[in-house]
Amino acid sequence: MKTITWRIIVTLALPVLVVLLWSFLARHIANEVILPFVGQVAHLLFRPTENLISMGSLLDNIVVSLVRVLLGYALAVLIGVPLGIVMGYYGLVFQVFNNFLSLFRPIPPLAWVPLVMAWFGVASLATLVGIELGQWYVYLHNIKFSMLFIIFIGGFYPILTSSIHGVKNVQKILIDSARVLGARESDIFRKVLLPAAAPAIVNGMRIGLGIAWMCLVSAEMLPGSLSGVGYLITHAYTVARTDIVIAGMISIGAVGAMLDLIFRLWENRKFSWQRQQK
Amino acid sequence: MQNPVIKIDNLSKDFVTERGDLIKALDQIQLQVKMNDFLCLVGPSGCGKSTLLRIAAGLEQASAGTVCFHGTPMTGPHREIGMVFQEYSLLPWRSVRDNVSLGPEFQGQTKKERREIARRFLQLVRMEGFARCYAHELSGGMQQRVAIARALANNPEVLLMDEPFGALDAHTRILLQKELLRIWGEHRKTILFVTHSVDEALYLADRIVVMSARPGRIREMVEVPLSRPRDRGDPWYGRMAVKILTWLEEEVSASEPNR
Repeated sequence: MKTITWRIIVTLALPVLVVLLWSFLARHIANEVILPFVGQVAHLLFRPTENLISMGSLLDNIVVSLVRVLLGYALAVLIGVPLGIVMGYYGLVFQVFNNFLSLFRPIPPLAWVPLVMAWFGVASLATLVGIELGQWYVYLHNIKFSMLFIIFIGGFYPILTSSIHGVKNVQKILIDSARVLGARESDIFRKVLLPAAAPAIVNGMRIGLGIAWMCLVSAEMLPGSLSGVGYLITHAYTVARTDIVIAGMISIGAVGAMLDLIFRLWENRKFSWQRQQK
Repeated sequence: MQNPVIKIDNLSKDFVTERGDLIKALDQIQLQVKMNDFLCLVGPSGCGKSTLLRIAAGLEQASAGTVCFHGTPMTGPHREIGMVFQEYSLLPWRSVRDNVSLGPEFQGQTKKERREIARRFLQLVRMEGFARCYAHELSGGMQQRVAIARALANNPEVLLMDEPFGALDAHTRILLQKELLRIWGEHRKTILFVTHSVDEALYLADRIVVMSARPGRIREMVEVPLSRPRDRGDPWYGRMAVKILTWLEEEVSASEPNR
């Protein structure tokens, strides 16, 4: 009982301290554009469905952002994982792709923005499916190709790298023993390489999702964007609503941490064999 | 004489090291393994005995010569040739049961059949109580029992064993040697067994192949006339152990400058 209480105290000590410091400073500065009161931000966070500066509610904007990130991220997983596995297993494929891909790795996702704008402009999923009217147009037009691309780039490299290393680090003995038991090449991939590399791959997917989420703000600052938390906070800044900026930032942090937690729970459940092996 | 199950003909294997040096691992090996033979390979470390086994398993290609299984040259792993490795090789994310039924799974057998096969072979190695355990929950000896069951579950005619008891403590090792002989007696497999222990070879084998230091050649072939179970105190056993050890010592000292 004492240990649980103690753990709660240890976990909450720093956040409470920061909030106290914040409210002290806010009172001292007394300028809500520089630092709004804790109560103002809390008010926004506790009423996430309230319409803000005629840009929809906080919750609406978070949902829009989440959909964008998950779409771009899904693309990164769909391409990064299979490519990484094949690159990790076949030396020739690795040689063909590695140098080429390494050339693009150091380019920050943000540096892609001008090129991406030139390529995609304001084209969106709505353009792709050819809908130009109605509620669906509003939804689909929110998902711009340029945004998906930036988010994709952010998530792709950690996923690719960890998939390659996951497969390269699979003990040769496991592959050999499957082969003498009559495994075909497809069996090797599905029943040895994939499960053996899964902890590394999922770890890369977790990091990739974190970075994809971080690319959100830059993606939502792109022209043509009229929604999303990233846009909400930049727009709130232009109208001097720092309380909305902070509430938005806290939401971005909280959602990111939650996504990370989901992944960690998944890792703990699925890959206990790996932890206990050591 | 009956046709050999495995016929190794003029087999040589060269390696190129990272520095580009050519190393002759095996040189013109001639060996025939008959049906139900229990053959042990002993030799100084680095003499290529494991390489020979890996080639026989179809995991590596020979540089020259052939390995024939019932007269057909081997080109890759073969269903009728199973293998047990020295390193622990169970898939750590699969339960013991799902490891043992891996071979039948690759052959496309149904889940029900696989369960039954796993049960039968786990019983054979006295591990039926551990079907739902994972490798990390088992001792080294238990893991090797499961690895043997896994190899046998594919019902191969030949079992290749690469120092399977090498990593085990002396007591467990002797226990598993006895178990292996029991299983071999019941299932009449043809076994090709690599070991660095002369005692293990004398205790297990019908014939012992003594290999030379690198490049690996066959130096001597010893027929073991003793009946089983063997008595380690038998005078012939002791004399032969000393003799083989002397041969190995000669090989090691002959290659000393290169080590």
